[in-house]
Amino acid sequence: MGTVIEVEDLRYTYMENTPLAHQALAGVQLSVEEGECVAIIGHTGSGKSTLIQHFNGLLRPQQGRVRVDGQDLSDPGLDLKGLRRKVGLVFQNPEDQLFEKWVGDDVAFGPLKMGLPLKEVRDRVRWAMEMAGLSFEAMKDRPTYALSGGQKRKVALAGVLALRPKVLVLDEPTAGLDPRSRKELLGRIEGFNRREKMTVIFVSHNMEEVACLADRIFVMAAGQIVAQGTPREIFGSREVLLQHRIGAPETVEILYRIQGLGYPVDVGAYELDSAAAEIVSILRPQGVKSHGPGI
Amino acid sequence: MKEPLIRMEGVSFDYRLNSEEVVRVLRDVSLDIYLGEYVAIIGHNGSGKSTLAKHFNGILKPTEGNVYVAGFNTKDDRYRREIRRRVGMVFQHPDNQIVATIVEDDVAFGLENIGVPPREMRKRIDAALEAVGMSSYRNRPPHHLSGGQKQRVAIAGVLAMEPRCLVLDEATSMLDAHGRREILQVLRRLHQRGMTIIAVSHHMSEAAEADRVLVIEAGRIAMEGPPREIFQRQELLRRLQLDIPVATRLAGRIHERVPDFQPDLIHPREIVDEVVRIAGKKGAAG
Repeated sequence: MGTVIEVEDLRYTYMENTPLAHQALAGVQLSVEEGECVAIIGHTGSGKSTLIQHFNGLLRPQQGRVRVDGQDLSDPGLDLKGLRRKVGLVFQNPEDQLFEKWVGDDVAFGPLKMGLPLKEVRDRVRWAMEMAGLSFEAMKDRPTYALSGGQKRKVALAGVLALRPKVLVLDEPTAGLDPRSRKELLGRIEGFNRREKMTVIFVSHNMEEVACLADRIFVMAAGQIVAQGTPREIFGSREVLLQHRIGAPETVEILYRIQGLGYPVDVGAYELDSAAAEIVSILRPQGVKSHGPGI
Repeated sequence: MKEPLIRMEGVSFDYRLNSEEVVRVLRDVSLDIYLGEYVAIIGHNGSGKSTLAKHFNGILKPTEGNVYVAGFNTKDDRYRREIRRRVGMVFQHPDNQIVATIVEDDVAFGLENIGVPPREMRKRIDAALEAVGMSSYRNRPPHHLSGGQKQRVAIAGVLAMEPRCLVLDEATSMLDAHGRREILQVLRRLHQRGMTIIAVSHHMSEAAEADRVLVIEAGRIAMEGPPREIFQRQELLRRLQLDIPVATRLAGRIHERVPDFQPDLIHPREIVDEVVRIAGKKGAAG
């Protein structure tokens, strides 16, 4: 397993050399290993979206270096098409970007542009639709405009998956979805990562989903990575949370309040069962601590 | 008997897909909403909750049944202005509701349309911005604001019309936790000042704020009651795949092992209070 994305001192300024210049990235340092699932969190305007648009070459480094799977994005001879096949980017509200009339055609757009034989295109579309949770037979001939918001989002996801990317980058994948669709999508993303061995990088505001999905978290503020670590490390550090005004999962918030009253609890216990176990341990006089579900 | 502000009687609503197909989205819904209430309407995408919300000020009109706002039937177009004046709506996407390039112009937009005199307008804009805590942003361009701030401006625009009731159709679903908290705070404050609030959401956790919760499923009211009661019906909520607040789930788990611990808690602070009640303040020493 090697490093799949490596970013060194990346800087990016919008509308450079104009009075409206705005520095979005101010020296980002980060690396992502093959097969990891990492979350990027941080406030609106912290540079998250600007950063991830570098991963598939939508933005090219102004200063600093980005390497994807060994390719340097500043290389003038960069194979941009190859890069975009390798790194699939799913935007926030991707349902707004469907442009073909039929579901099947929309998903097939990428593979067709790659010049794959029709048989292969069809196989990929079938695979991608099923992966995204759409029945190929039932949905391929449906008009895209008559889909629900959740279905449209699945079509957009299938369109990216059809390129069989090695790295999947998602910007706020569950924003605006209801709990049922959100849970389903999170399960699928987990599957891409664990079963299909895709590297997953996602931006999210939802700390519950960051806690349950990510192996590692990068915290961004003012165009830099200001902290990184496992969910337990990040949510267990009050200074990091307060300093960067990151909301913690609700379980962690409750544990902090309890700790604040002087009770000894491990605030990093963000999963529901571990949090419950922490609280039970201070309620039981013998003070026996136990971790994990169902003692 | 108090008159309801909004009364729905046997409302059904059909969306027409094409010349042959119609989809029934609401099925025989009856409900009353009284002045000063805080009602949360919870349901999944496609449950019919947004369609229901759009009936509250006549944006949609029932296929069957009637909706009355302060006694005016929404089917009668002569009363449209009377109805819209009383019930204002805030929608999901903050960016789609902002029309002006300066915050206070945006709040003024609706007032200009109904011809409010300048002095009165000034007064109303001041009050509306103050109510949502955005007074210091009045001369800023809205596109530089965060999502939560934009939604507060959108709410101010509705408040300036001095409605009796504010309907929020998934107004927090595109916001981060911080923005959501801002909006919930504003709603709490408005409610304390007597505003009727109807908040439509797919997040059950937002329902903890309300006096009354309506759960909509397949175009019908599936459950109705105060939040504490609703959250205890976890079997049904799970079946409807609605989220149960973390505090409630946590209380349930703890109660299984420490029976003295109350299971019907809905706010994080109640968990903390319950810990203190059982463990005593002794922790403060350790």
